[in-house]
Amino acid sequence: MDDLLKIADKTFKSRFMIGTGKFPSDEIMDGCIAASEAEIITVAVRRVDLERPDISILTTLDPARIFILPNTSGAQNADEAVRTARLARAMGLSHWVKLEVTPDPKNLWPDGDETLKAARILVEEGFVVLPYIGPDPILARKLEDAGTSAVMPLAAPIGSNKGMRSADAIRMIIEQASIPVVIDAGLGSPSDAALAMEMGADAVMVNTAISASNDPETMALAFKLAVRAGRLGHNAGLARKRDTARASSPTDWLVK
Amino acid sequence: MMFHEEYARIDAERIREGVASLDEQKTEYVISEETLAYDDFLHLLSPAASASLDAMALRSRAMTQKHFGRNIGMYIPLYVSNECANECIYCGFNRKNDIRRKTLAEDEIDAELESIRKLGFDSILILTGEFPAKAGTEYIARCVTLARRHFSQVSLEIYPMDTDGYRQLVDAGATGLSIYQETYDRETYARVHRSGRKTNFEWRLDAPDRAAEAGFRKIGIGALLGLHDWRIDAAYVGAHAAYLMKKHWRTEVSISFPRMRGSSSHFTPACIVTDRELVQMIFAFRLYTRSAAITLSTREAPSFRDNMVDLGVTNMSAGSKTNPGGYETFSENESDGQFEISDDRSVDEVAKAIQRKGYHPVFKDWTEIFGGVRA
Repeated sequence: MDDLLKIADKTFKSRFMIGTGKFPSDEIMDGCIAASEAEIITVAVRRVDLERPDISILTTLDPARIFILPNTSGAQNADEAVRTARLARAMGLSHWVKLEVTPDPKNLWPDGDETLKAARILVEEGFVVLPYIGPDPILARKLEDAGTSAVMPLAAPIGSNKGMRSADAIRMIIEQASIPVVIDAGLGSPSDAALAMEMGADAVMVNTAISASNDPETMALAFKLAVRAGRLGHNAGLARKRDTARASSPTDWLVK
Repeated sequence: MMFHEEYARIDAERIREGVASLDEQKTEYVISEETLAYDDFLHLLSPAASASLDAMALRSRAMTQKHFGRNIGMYIPLYVSNECANECIYCGFNRKNDIRRKTLAEDEIDAELESIRKLGFDSILILTGEFPAKAGTEYIARCVTLARRHFSQVSLEIYPMDTDGYRQLVDAGATGLSIYQETYDRETYARVHRSGRKTNFEWRLDAPDRAAEAGFRKIGIGALLGLHDWRIDAAYVGAHAAYLMKKHWRTEVSISFPRMRGSSSHFTPACIVTDRELVQMIFAFRLYTRSAAITLSTREAPSFRDNMVDLGVTNMSAGSKTNPGGYETFSENESDGQFEISDDRSVDEVAKAIQRKGYHPVFKDWTEIFGGVRA
């Protein structure tokens, strides 16, 4: 049975998405995308230069093979994010948008208020909205109510590679959500991705852990396998964890 | 509160002691910390830490990759005027210097902008001296408007203004502002700035605050290395950066390290900062500020710049001219530049050198949609 990821009206075989902001070259990025078999790749609208296709990321990405998801990175408030999404649509990129509103350049923490405000406007205008958020279960619910097609909570501060630091809050988000939950930002190792998938996340998104690795392509492959393993583990139903060992019972010899 | 109040509270003795540390054992511990205290930063500027340059380099590289990726933001300067009413004894534009002065007319600015755009840039830095009669707020705002037709990022390196003046420039579309204190040592400052409005130390000290309040998205600070003990000046730049990053939390702070390389006919620096010292300073700033952008201009030599691509730097200029109209309008015999360019390679050569280091020269990193900071 195919275990497909469904977001809005599209289905994807891969549950592993890749961000493109940190790769050293298009060749390495290409190699990583191939190794990962990722189908959804995010691209910052601010990086796209339609006047100079020779240096534009869009010329290396093959739209027949992958789905380009524009993001609003760099937007500091709802208005800038909304206009960036409209610009992406006007460029012919997509009417899907990964909504990012990060007014703090130090930590790039998403602004919940402005994200919700922008999401309401963009949903109204017919966009498929995938908002990047802090691990906030109430905000996730409000965004779902507003009509977003997924929520993308961060596992740990972006670029930190610290893994599932927000596990408790993310578990709440997953339990309550009727839309896909994509864990975005902070996943530092394949085991972090596996853990997110075991917890029931629908997909994960990674950039730094791959692009900053000594061998990005191998790391992309490792993440792919980890995402698959975590997903299978989740689907199979994990055995319950116990606080004490139960290798064998010390009272088996008693007559029951 | 403005920075001059914070400046008055800084304990100069604590800085002198911190940057004089000889405790080499402490460096390893400081480098391994996730967040550094100000005293840790002072230690990294000290002679003791200079023994651990490799360890600092590796940490600086890792932290920079984590926050910025393997990217170098590319920009280019455009000097629109070299006229100046100040008497800064180290500067080529010193009003007492007998140089060929130009303030570009509108058609000349347009020609320069088009010429630069063809080089592939989307981020431009517009510079002037301090001569409001010819290149005042209205003139600079007009330059910004013209530049925004070709470039989505337009930064300024101009004389200090009041908040309203800065706001006019933000409204015209300016995204960034650089203003260097030159030196944070009041006595040295008074000695090297002999006359003109630049003699006002506090007015300049608070300029980044005013610029942030006016809504500039990016603010650059720094000291001109060579005027005063570099360790002391770097310590103050660090304090200034930390203050700005905390107070103006929506504003991106960047730091530059312009250094005087030797004597000119007009001026002999108090000290020459060596390559090793400059590198140590850059590492110390990366480890302490973590997310501050770090800019390295064509004042530095090609080999130095190439070696620093993967060690903490995030922005570089290329193909620069420092004489007004130098790209299209005037030759170097018709208008004089501010300082000697050490890296005179073409934009393409610099971009290729960055790629050889496994980094991506980023020419476009902004959209015309992004405006000033609004609370």
